[in-house]
Amino acid sequence: MEITVHHYIVISCLLFIIGIFGVLTRRNLLIILMSVELMLSAANLALVAFSRFSSHLDGQVAVLFVFIIAAAEAAVGLGIVIAAFRHTSGVRVTSWKELKG
Amino acid sequence: MIEQLLQHISIPTLMCLIPLLPLLGAIANGKMYLFSTRSQWKPSHALSGTIAVVMPLISFLIVAVLFYIAMGLEDSHSVSTGPLFTWFGGTQWAVTIGLKLDQLSLIMALVVTGVGSLIHLYSVGYMSHDDGFAKYFAYLNLFLFFMLLLILGDSLPLMFVGWEGVGLCSYLLIGFWFTDIEKAKAGKKAFIVNRIGDFGFVLGIFFIWQALQPTAQPGDAILSFSYISTHAAFLAPVATAATLLLFLGATGKSAQIPLYVWLPDAMAGPTPVSALIHAATMVTAGIYMVARLNFLFVLAPTTLNVIAIVGCATAFFAATMGLVQDDIKKVLAYSTVSQLGFMFLALGVGAFSVAIFHVMTHAFFKALLFLGSGSVIHAMDGEQRLSMYGGLRKHLPVTFTTFLIGTLAIAGIWPFAGFFSKDAILWHVYSSGHFWLWLIATLAAGLTAFYMFRLVGLAFFGKRNPAGPHHVHPENSVTMLLPLVVLAVLSIIGGWVGVPHAMGGHDHIMTWLAPLFPTALHEAGNESTELFMGLGSMTWGAIWAIIAWILYSQHRGWADQMAARFKRCYTLLVNLYYVDQIYDAVVVQPLLWFSRSVLWQTVDAVLIDKILVGGSARIARLFGRVGTAMETGLVPHYVFLLVLGSVVVLGWMIL
Repeated sequence: MEITVHHYIVISCLLFIIGIFGVLTRRNLLIILMSVELMLSAANLALVAFSRFSSHLDGQVAVLFVFIIAAAEAAVGLGIVIAAFRHTSGVRVTSWKELKG
Repeated sequence: MIEQLLQHISIPTLMCLIPLLPLLGAIANGKMYLFSTRSQWKPSHALSGTIAVVMPLISFLIVAVLFYIAMGLEDSHSVSTGPLFTWFGGTQWAVTIGLKLDQLSLIMALVVTGVGSLIHLYSVGYMSHDDGFAKYFAYLNLFLFFMLLLILGDSLPLMFVGWEGVGLCSYLLIGFWFTDIEKAKAGKKAFIVNRIGDFGFVLGIFFIWQALQPTAQPGDAILSFSYISTHAAFLAPVATAATLLLFLGATGKSAQIPLYVWLPDAMAGPTPVSALIHAATMVTAGIYMVARLNFLFVLAPTTLNVIAIVGCATAFFAATMGLVQDDIKKVLAYSTVSQLGFMFLALGVGAFSVAIFHVMTHAFFKALLFLGSGSVIHAMDGEQRLSMYGGLRKHLPVTFTTFLIGTLAIAGIWPFAGFFSKDAILWHVYSSGHFWLWLIATLAAGLTAFYMFRLVGLAFFGKRNPAGPHHVHPENSVTMLLPLVVLAVLSIIGGWVGVPHAMGGHDHIMTWLAPLFPTALHEAGNESTELFMGLGSMTWGAIWAIIAWILYSQHRGWADQMAARFKRCYTLLVNLYYVDQIYDAVVVQPLLWFSRSVLWQTVDAVLIDKILVGGSARIARLFGRVGTAMETGLVPHYVFLLVLGSVVVLGWMIL
């Protein structure tokens, strides 16, 4: 069986859906962050796959940028989580209702 | 002297001064009154009275000078300022402001400023105890300004400005003592009834404008009288509709059936106002307008017939209503309505100059009668009921004499002013072949003599009613007596300018006005018939006068017996044919019902308030509730909505 771009796309979609599912259902901030990373990775996978199969390097360049942004995002996100943890002694997202006006 | 004057000042400037001087007086007195309401200072009666009397008097002198000049002119007997400036307009036409004095407007202006000045003088005495002295004269001068604008304006829109202006002043002066709610209501009634007529007037102007617009060259003042008269041929298709609408305007202003109801109520105002506005000048505006546009009205024989019939009916019905009034001013009010009917009758049979002649003589004797009644009311402490008077001729000799002269004039007794003008009307109606109209008008003329002598009999003869005021104030105010005497003299000699050829006169006024009006629409009758009918109509008037005098000053019991005998007729007349009640039931109540239950309770309360205003608020609140429910503050919910939104958008784009 030959591996085509479709397989990568299917894997990418599955990873993305798993990520969305994690963001929506989990209450633990850390796991939500990890799910977000998973969604980013799914996008990366799709980009790399398209790049590989269309023999352009643009997609792979974009993936490098996404890695860097993801790293920065993880740093800021974890910082917020730590600050929130100190504030409320927990990382459960349901205990934060400050956004309600 | 006049040549010297004209070296310094041009005729157009003089003409502009005629209306502007009363306006100046109005502004001065108005300012003084407004100032006095905010400070301790009060303008002295001498100051505001002098301003108010002198301004119209100067206007009168100017008109007299211009009359003299115009008489000397060879061809047209008219002076004009020409277009002074453009008021408004379109690319193809314009409305310019300009004043014009021709034979017709000169007579009107002489009457308005002359009689007006006398009444201003009289008012100084009559209103001397009133707090609103300066305000009163401000209104009165403002009225003269608008009336002169109406007469002197050389175009329909300018005439309309004057037309509306006099309506406004009439409203202000009828409701002058507005703290009395009945008087305020009378003012309101006059204003509203006049609006109905004005509506017709405006529509008439629009008709003329529309018909003339295609003929206009750029810059033409298409609504000026000279333009309309030279292009009258283009108006033939709309003439009937336009003139009928204009006549509706005239019925409002000049108190004809069906819009006469405001005039009797207008007697709520101070008596000099009744004399000036509601007898001598403003109410003749409708007659002036029809005479001014005579070239248009002769294109529409139907309208002329309508005018004749309406005028005749008004003359008769108003005269019958005048028979039973107890209020001295109401008698005179119905008499005014009736006399205006005579004038419209004359217009309707095409005798335009005769109508103007009657306008003039009527202004003299009706102003005299009103001022005389004012003098009586003043002497009787404001009592207006005839039944409370009696035997006043000994107490008020000057008033009695002048009032009697006015009564003889209106009754049409030779050689007083009213005889010539009224006889001329009857003669023209007869000789133009309107036999039935002539018969009814003759009957109305007899009734006129009757109700006027009834008034004289009740007020000045017989014994004092013990229920009335005990003390009769003597007449000693010169400012009040002088106008009475002058008007009495005018009521005697005023008709002599129109003595017909049949009676050996020269008929100056007809000759003077002849160039303006179409030559008689019908063959002039036989001169000996005219003379005979003149004698007949005087005898006719005299008979009725004597009957009334006997009934109401010698044998009052007979009059009461007659009233009891014809009880139903009497009740009908006392209730004025129930016209006010009919109007109330047919027009006012349905309108009130419509306004209350449809416009207010349905349209406003339900449709606008509940559905539109309340409904939109409710919809906004509904959205707000949904929005509030969505805002939980929980990040996962927001994310869920974000995802949901993305899915929807993506789905939309893909599908």
